Amino acid sequence: MAVSLRARGGPPRPAAKPHSGAARRPDRGAVQRGARLSPALRRRLTALAYVLPLLVYLAAFYLYPLYRNLDLSLRDYTVRSFVAGDAPFSGWANFRKVLDDPTFGPAMRHTMVFTFVSIAFQYVIGLALAVFFNRHFRLAPTLRALFLIPWLLPLIVSASTWSWMFNSESGVVNYFLHFLGVGPVGWLTSPDWALTSVIVANIWIGIPFNLVILYSGLQNIPAELYEAAALDGASAWQQFRRITFPLLRPVSAITLLLGLVYTLKVFDLIWIMTKGGPGDSSSTLATWSYQLGFGTLLPKFGPGAAVGNILILIALVFGLLYIRVQRRQEA
Amino acid sequence: MKSRSRSRRHTVVGLVLTALMLFPVYWMLNVSLTPQQDMRKDPPDLFPLHPTFEGYRAVLDDQLPYLGTSLLIGLGTVALTLLLAAPAGYSLAKLRPRGGGALGLILLVAQMIPGIVMAMGFYGIFLDLGLLNSWWGLIIADSTIAVPFGVMIFTAFMSGIPGELIAASRIDGAGTFRTFWSVVLPVSRNALVTVSLFTFLWAWSDFVFANTLDGGGDLRPITLGIYKYIGNNNQEWNAIMATAVVASVPAAVLLVLAQRYVAAGVTAGAVKD
Repeated sequence: MAVSLRARGGPPRPAAKPHSGAARRPDRGAVQRGARLSPALRRRLTALAYVLPLLVYLAAFYLYPLYRNLDLSLRDYTVRSFVAGDAPFSGWANFRKVLDDPTFGPAMRHTMVFTFVSIAFQYVIGLALAVFFNRHFRLAPTLRALFLIPWLLPLIVSASTWSWMFNSESGVVNYFLHFLGVGPVGWLTSPDWALTSVIVANIWIGIPFNLVILYSGLQNIPAELYEAAALDGASAWQQFRRITFPLLRPVSAITLLLGLVYTLKVFDLIWIMTKGGPGDSSSTLATWSYQLGFGTLLPKFGPGAAVGNILILIALVFGLLYIRVQRRQEA
Repeated sequence: MKSRSRSRRHTVVGLVLTALMLFPVYWMLNVSLTPQQDMRKDPPDLFPLHPTFEGYRAVLDDQLPYLGTSLLIGLGTVALTLLLAAPAGYSLAKLRPRGGGALGLILLVAQMIPGIVMAMGFYGIFLDLGLLNSWWGLIIADSTIAVPFGVMIFTAFMSGIPGELIAASRIDGAGTFRTFWSVVLPVSRNALVTVSLFTFLWAWSDFVFANTLDGGGDLRPITLGIYKYIGNNNQEWNAIMATAVVASVPAAVLLVLAQRYVAAGVTAGAVKD
C-alpha cells in the first residue's frame, strides 16, 4: 500500500535530502489521495493492512480447524461418512457416549493427577533452584544455562530416553534402585507405576521453565531488602519466608497457571512412553482423545473430537484465570 | 575469605545438581555408544568403555532423509511465521489498529488450545484438500504452534522502539512499508532471532502434527523417524538413542550460540506445548 503511494513520483520537496533519491520523496499524489481519504482513515487502513494476513491466517488455520473439530463432535461420523462428509447431525450424543464411557473417569482422574503432581514438583524444585542460582557463585550462569537442556530437547528424544531408563529388565533406574535394596519395578509395564513414570519424566522436562521464570522474578526483588534483613539477623530461611516468597507471589501465580494450561494438554510424552497404557492406567484426556480418533484401525472421530473439546473447555477455564491474574498485575 | 569458600561450596553443589539433572542426557549418549550385545547386560555399563558407532552408522543409513525433511519443514515454518508475525507485530505495536487489544487476547487464548485438537481439525481439512502427507501441509500446521507466540514477541519488542526513530524516518520521506523494512526490522533483530529460533525448534520437535498429518508421506520428519524405530525394532536401542542424539543437535546449537535469546524467549511467556 505504502509502496504504491510512493511509486507515483512527483516534484521533490525542497527539504528532501539530496541523496535520498526520487523514490523516497513524498509526492503530490500521496497528498492528494490523503486529502480524499482522511488521514485518520488512511492510518487505520494501513494498520489493518499489516494485520490482515494474520487475521486471514487465524481464521483459516485456527478458527476453521476448531470449527471442524466442533462439527466432528456433533455428528455421527464413520470412516466412510468422514471421507464423504455427509454424517448426520447427532447433537450431544458423542458427548453423552464419552461421559458414560468407563474410560472417562480414569482419564479425567489421571489428567488431574498428572497435571497437579507435575506442577507441584516442577514449581517447588524450580523455585529451590532459582533461589540457589540467585546466589552469584562461579559458573552459576553456565550451569543455569545447562539446566535448560531438558526443556529444549524434542519431546520424542526425552520420552524415548526415559522409556529406556525405565525399562523393567535393563533400565538404569531399576539398576540404581537395586543399590538401595529395592527390587525391580515394572515402571512402564505395570498399571500401578505407568502414570508415576510419565509424571517423573514430565517433571524433569518442566523444571527448566519454572526455574527460568522464577529466576527472572527473583531479579526484580531489591537486594537492599535482603541486606536489611541480614542486618536484623534474619536467617536464610526467614529471608525466604518473609521476603522472597511473598514478593514472588505474582510471578508464582503466573508460572503456576501457565504451567497448568500447558500440562493439561501434554500428549507426546505420554503417547510415546506408554500410549496411555497398560490398559487405561496412564491415559489422560489428551491421549484418550487421540486414541479414539487415530489410535485404532476403526477411528471414532466423533467421540475423539468430543473429548478434545472437553479438554479445550478445561484449558480455557484455567487460561482465562491466567489472563485475569496477568491483567490485574499489569494494572 | 569465608565468602570465597562459600562460593566454592555453592559451585560444587551446583555442579552436582547439574550432573543429576543432565543424567538422562548423559545416559542417552552412553546408550547410543553401547554395543548391541551389551545392551541388556546386568549391571549396565555406566560408561561407554567399548564405544561403538553402529548406532550412528544406522542413523546415516536410515535417517538422513528424515533429517533433511525436518530441516526443510523447520526453515519453511520459520519463513511463514516471520512473514505473518513481524508485520502484525509492527501494526499492533506502532500502527494501533482497531480491536488490537482483542486480537492480543485471542492470540493468548490460541496458545492454550491443545495440539491434538488442532491436529484432529487439520486432519479433516487436509483430507478434504488432499494435503495429507505433504511437507508443506505440515509447515502450515506447525506454524500454528509459533505464530501467536511470534506476534506477541514482535509486539512487545517493537513497542519499545522509540517513536522518534519512526517519526524521523517519516520526515525522510519513507512510507509505512519502507519504515517497517529498513528501520523497524533491523532494529528488531533480537526479536527476529528469538522468534526464528523458537519456531525452528518447535517445528523440528513437532510430533503430534507429524504423526497425524504426515504418517504415510514420502517426506517425513525426524520425530517420526525415531518413532518408527521405537515401533519396529524394539531392540536396537543404540540406533534409537543415536538418532535421538542427532535430533538434539539443533537444541544444543541453540543453547551454545543463542543462550540469551533462549532465556528471553522463555520469560516472554514463551511456552512449549
